[in-house]
Amino acid sequence: MIRLTRQLGRYTLQSLAKLGRGSLFLNHTLSGLTEILFRPRLLIRQLYFVGVLTFLIIVISGLFVGMVLGLQGYYTLSDFGAEESLGVMVAASLVRELGPVVAALLFAGRAGSALTAEIGLMKATEQLSGMEMMAVDPVKRIIAPRFFAGFISLPILAALFSAIGILGGEMVGVGLLGVDEGSFWSQMQANLDFYDDIMNGVIKSIVFGFVTSWIALFEGYDAIPTSEGVSRATTRTVVNSAFAVLGLDFLLTAMMFGDD
Amino acid sequence: MQQCKTLELLVGLFVASGIVALFFLAMHVSNLNPLTEDEGYTIYARFENSGGLKVKSPVSIAGVRIGRVTNIRFDTQTYESIVEMRIGKQYNTLPDDTSASILTAGLLGEQYVGLNAGGSEDYLEDGSVIEYTQSAIVLEKLIGQFLYQNKSDKK
Repeated sequence: MIRLTRQLGRYTLQSLAKLGRGSLFLNHTLSGLTEILFRPRLLIRQLYFVGVLTFLIIVISGLFVGMVLGLQGYYTLSDFGAEESLGVMVAASLVRELGPVVAALLFAGRAGSALTAEIGLMKATEQLSGMEMMAVDPVKRIIAPRFFAGFISLPILAALFSAIGILGGEMVGVGLLGVDEGSFWSQMQANLDFYDDIMNGVIKSIVFGFVTSWIALFEGYDAIPTSEGVSRATTRTVVNSAFAVLGLDFLLTAMMFGDD
Repeated sequence: MQQCKTLELLVGLFVASGIVALFFLAMHVSNLNPLTEDEGYTIYARFENSGGLKVKSPVSIAGVRIGRVTNIRFDTQTYESIVEMRIGKQYNTLPDDTSASILTAGLLGEQYVGLNAGGSEDYLEDGSVIEYTQSAIVLEKLIGQFLYQNKSDKK
């Protein structure tokens, strides 16, 4: 019984220590912003690896998610003779929820895990300590550009996801199932507000970009420098990012859309 | 150096596509900016009550969509609503005694303006006003009337 309690205590203390290390790490990373402003090329390179290479999976998933939404929405709405509302349904669910959330989950799987593995391996092969020996701050030089690249990429990817998804929904709804194109767009425009819906979606994706990049880089930086440690860290990145994104999504939704 | 340039190009394309997507969401999906209407002419109709009609609702004749509602105003002089409609330029042979009514697509569907062609020799032009109109049917009023009628029948 005492052993169990002690284990619980140790687990709690470990989690707290990790949270503390994570916060210090984040603080250090954010202070690397000045470094990036002097060397924008570092950031551009990481934007390519983090953002551009995630582009394709986001576009394809967005298209299919939109198409499925169009199909499912049509079957349900046509029972009530309200097919015209298909546009609203597809656009609202994509812009408010699915765009930011699914893009963040895909981003964590595609880019986050790669970042963790990269940083973890750098640590395991002592490249990071090597840099420190040369009086180069690895957090500012290696981590900060990756962090800001993720932070910038995810809102872009989420907006792309929503836009492509809506086009996919239109393709199925209007092209295949014969919903009136005018009603599809006009109802969408009448019911969606730029600030209330679209900007809130953008804010969500900014928060998710911050959190997923932070988790991915910190897990890599904090990994046990062995092959097993790196593989575990990569798994933790995906799992923790998914939890964080879904949990934060609930909180943000409650805060943003709770009033109206 | 060459590799660096393609890298920059790809990143530039990526960021630009994000901006285009956001622009698309702002302009097409939300109501930030009304779309510019395609070529055509504008006609007006006065309704006692335009019900749930919205800007961009369809305007149709004989079941075919020929235009869109572009503006709905309230006239402070006559207490009527003025509905501005943009009609496609190929449909320029509508008689000037055409009547307009606000109809509903299905029980829960959206409202649209239905036109009924008249028999006049003259055609509606840009800026003409449709004189014969029928207001939107307000469901609550209809139910109210129905209930009232039922009561008086029983007496």
